[in-house]
Amino acid sequence: MNFLNSLISGLSLGSVYAIIALGYTMVYGISKMLNFAHGDVIMVGGYVSFIMTMYVGMNGWLALLVAMVVCTLLGIIIERLAYRPLRGTGSLAVLITAIGVSYFLQNAALLIWGANPRVFTSLFDGVGTIHAAGGQLTITPESLFTILANIVIMIVLTLFVNRTKAGKAMRAVSEDNGAAQLMGINVNQSISLTFAIGSGLAAVAGVLMCSAYPVLMPTTGAMPGIKAFTAAVFGGIGSIPGAMIGGLILGIIEIFSRAYISTELSDAIVFACLIIVLLVKPTGLLGKKVSEKV
Amino acid sequence: MADRLFKSINARGLRGAVKGSEYKKEALISYGILVIGYILLQLGAMTGLIGHNLQGQFVPICVYISLAISLNLVVGISGELSLGHAGFMAVGAFTGIVITRVLENSIEFGPLRLIIAILAAAVMAAIAGFIIGIPILGLRGDYLAIVTLAFGEIVRNIMNVLYFGLDNNGHLKFAFNHTIEGIDTSQRVITGAIGATGVTKLATFTGAAILTAFTLFVVLNLKNSKQGRAIMAIRDNRIAGESIGLDVKKYKLMAFVVSASLAGMAGCMFGQNYSTLAPVKFNFNTSVLILVFVVLGGIGNIWGGMIAAALLTVLPEALRQFADYRMLTYAVVLILVMIGTYNPAIRARITAFVNKIKPKKKDKGKEKTGKEAA
Amino acid sequence: MKKNWTKFLVVALSVMMVFAMTACGGGSGDSGSSEGGDNALHLGGVGPLTGPAALYGNAVNNGAQLAVDEINAANPDGVQLVWDMQDDEHDAEKSVNAYNKLVDDGMQVLVGTVTTAPCTAVAAEAFEDRMFVLTPSASGPAVTEGNDNVFQLCFSDPNQGIASADYIKANYADKTVGVIYNNADNYSTGIYDKFKSEYEADGKKLAAVEAFSDDANADFTAQLNSMKNAGVDLIFLPIYYTPASNIMTQANKMGYAPTYFGVDGMDGILDLEGFDTSLAEGVLLLTPFTPYSDDAKVQDFVKAYEDKFGETPIQFAADAYDCVYAVYDAFGKTGLGTDASSADICEAMIKVFTGGDFTASGLTAETMKWNAEGEVDKTPKVCVIQDGKYVEQ
Repeated sequence: MNFLNSLISGLSLGSVYAIIALGYTMVYGISKMLNFAHGDVIMVGGYVSFIMTMYVGMNGWLALLVAMVVCTLLGIIIERLAYRPLRGTGSLAVLITAIGVSYFLQNAALLIWGANPRVFTSLFDGVGTIHAAGGQLTITPESLFTILANIVIMIVLTLFVNRTKAGKAMRAVSEDNGAAQLMGINVNQSISLTFAIGSGLAAVAGVLMCSAYPVLMPTTGAMPGIKAFTAAVFGGIGSIPGAMIGGLILGIIEIFSRAYISTELSDAIVFACLIIVLLVKPTGLLGKKVSEKV
Repeated sequence: MADRLFKSINARGLRGAVKGSEYKKEALISYGILVIGYILLQLGAMTGLIGHNLQGQFVPICVYISLAISLNLVVGISGELSLGHAGFMAVGAFTGIVITRVLENSIEFGPLRLIIAILAAAVMAAIAGFIIGIPILGLRGDYLAIVTLAFGEIVRNIMNVLYFGLDNNGHLKFAFNHTIEGIDTSQRVITGAIGATGVTKLATFTGAAILTAFTLFVVLNLKNSKQGRAIMAIRDNRIAGESIGLDVKKYKLMAFVVSASLAGMAGCMFGQNYSTLAPVKFNFNTSVLILVFVVLGGIGNIWGGMIAAALLTVLPEALRQFADYRMLTYAVVLILVMIGTYNPAIRARITAFVNKIKPKKKDKGKEKTGKEAA
Repeated sequence: MKKNWTKFLVVALSVMMVFAMTACGGGSGDSGSSEGGDNALHLGGVGPLTGPAALYGNAVNNGAQLAVDEINAANPDGVQLVWDMQDDEHDAEKSVNAYNKLVDDGMQVLVGTVTTAPCTAVAAEAFEDRMFVLTPSASGPAVTEGNDNVFQLCFSDPNQGIASADYIKANYADKTVGVIYNNADNYSTGIYDKFKSEYEADGKKLAAVEAFSDDANADFTAQLNSMKNAGVDLIFLPIYYTPASNIMTQANKMGYAPTYFGVDGMDGILDLEGFDTSLAEGVLLLTPFTPYSDDAKVQDFVKAYEDKFGETPIQFAADAYDCVYAVYDAFGKTGLGTDASSADICEAMIKVFTGGDFTASGLTAETMKWNAEGEVDKTPKVCVIQDGKYVEQ
């Protein structure tokens, strides 16, 4: 029973990582940059949703929608102001700028919302926990919904990227920026769209994460951000199904090493697994092999 | 990502190293900054022009400059993105603290203890660099970056459960949990997450400056040696390098291990500057901070990194008058400076401005900017 | 070379900017120290005003400010206090920088620093500079060790661990006890260490011990399952209230309801915005201060604090408030003028604090005395949360 309980919490935590990792992976795919500010967008999503439910008195789901809109706009603004001026200058410069944006968001949140942590009211407040097998097995509505949401998002996103015009344009830009431009694709628009989708998903991840683990602080997004980034690389950065698989595996490893090996060393075990996977598959589980041009 | 990036900075460093005069220029500027900086700060401190606040930062400034120089060896000269430099710093710092504590009774003379500790730190960090370097240097770009990030986190995690203590006979013992056999709390040297406490501070400004000079000496000489040219050739074109018979892994590993070792030495100096040191200091943020120095100073540009390290160490202190808005201002300054230094349009404007005030070099400049744009 | 020159220009501009700023900073600093004749005692504070521990630093800043304002208003012709708090981001290196900045600005007594690891680093500097230090909340033993000039107003971590273990053994002998602690945190590991050795001193065993590292909104199901499977019905939580609230929420969802026993870091849990306080029913905690006390002094303080800062004070604020009063009273006993140097004040204050007949009284205790090691002697209170209020046991 312990095994099943751990598996469920692992899947649920992994789903949160997967949804965040999607943002990393899509942005990386299209602009070849590591957007380290992504984790902090999650935090903003959590706060917006919290403010909407606590102070404006909105329904949790409506607040989620507002948070998604705010984060989407935030993502577009960040891209426009901080990243676009540096496009084509090499991604290290953008990486450092992204870190600057991350500091900015954390400290702005500290000034706006203060240092006092908040406790997030779950989206499923009042929905009972499922107890099975004589009370041994517990499934919280949060974990059930998070897992489902992850699957739905993955399917919709895959369809979007493969079937729609905008999605195809995004793929074209990530394949070859210059050629895509020559084919009449608006590169700026495609990149903006990617940031918008990634940040919107970050808001979803933020609300789901805070529903399950309810503490909300200005630094809330930092650690999940790094873990999700790891997950994205685990699965092969740039690949959408890779993000999902990477996230889930990472979540499961984390929970299982806590349950069966050591709670003190669980992070070290997660990162050690990552190194081993990369040694066997140098571009992650589903990553594309890059052929080298002479 | 890294590949693309380094194409843009491409052969400048290599060309510079091949031409002896360019090397001399770089060495002259780098050593010059160090010597002049040292003299100015010493004078300032002696005459009382520089307050406690800045004086207290002399050693950290030297340490961060050393770290920036050593990371430049990996990021700028070898062309790999490393996000775990703080991990090597941690290995060096804690090694140094353990060594100085062990030798406390046998060697009275502080500076000698410090030198032994630094050497031990260099060895331990080099071993760590070798262990992590062997498997990962086959990886490319961002994948290597994430593994170095993972390495840094693993080091910090292990430090959190690592306990060192000295028993009554002065023998060193360690354990991975809270109780070490035969050792009570007061004999602990390193206590897991609490880290080291009661460190006798051995670091001095002069010592730290000498260490920086040594780091500079190693990196500049390596850059200008046969091996250094091989490393840069591989960075600029791996396949071409392989085709002329260069052992890619060997040279990459060399840069990585030397850099790790130098970072360990700097870490040791850092650890000796405070009476306490906790593993949390060596988290991802510190690794990133060092990377920021390197990128801001110009990837591969040794003295640029030195100046950036010194400025960015002082900047948060200089921003104290902004009170609550301090770190926000820091973030904004960081973003603006990055855009100001790297945005092509803004850059062109600065170049034009420089052309105006420096008409002599006009022709050469045009040729270069043309190449950069292409 | 051209590229180098553009870079040089940017760098040169930033150099000028930074130096301009340091110059301004230095300028104002000089004027600060020359204010010696204003009959004001300059108190400095160091603590995390930004970063993950910002909560504690801000509470100390507010609490101390309140005390300083009260003292200055009550006695406009006497010794006035000047309060300046600098940010250290909960980092030892930054903390030393902040301390040095305050020294430059003419600080005479340090009320800080707020957190243990930074305080240990600063204490060593202050020991060399002969600066008197009274820390409101840095509870690690390393803070005072070997430093005759450093005093704590809070209980030290080992003492909290021992007191908690003794209390549990005396009152909950039949419970199966487990611990969840933060293994990346000084405070938490410090208490846990002593708690374990004291609890297991006479043959009892902790049924389960689990850790987590720093991440306040982590998944605790693995730890909680381990507690549940070991049959633990009393969990000792030597951690701050933020992760504690998370643990309680997750345990509740699992349908697991043990008794919780917390330490002073647990104070504040009832005022967490959004937290369902019914989850904290029955939580026991060892704390010197609660904002719900009937004590008139505490009530006045809570009211004044809420009016001024719009939030309920946590223990850190009360500690800082008491610190300022203790320093003020002790300074009065030294007979020194406000123009005395910080080193003279330090020696005189040490004499007063360790003299044996100096006691301070405040929000966190009726009487506080200090020993030569710098540890405070006051009685801890064990409270239980009932109907959303603390009730003293």
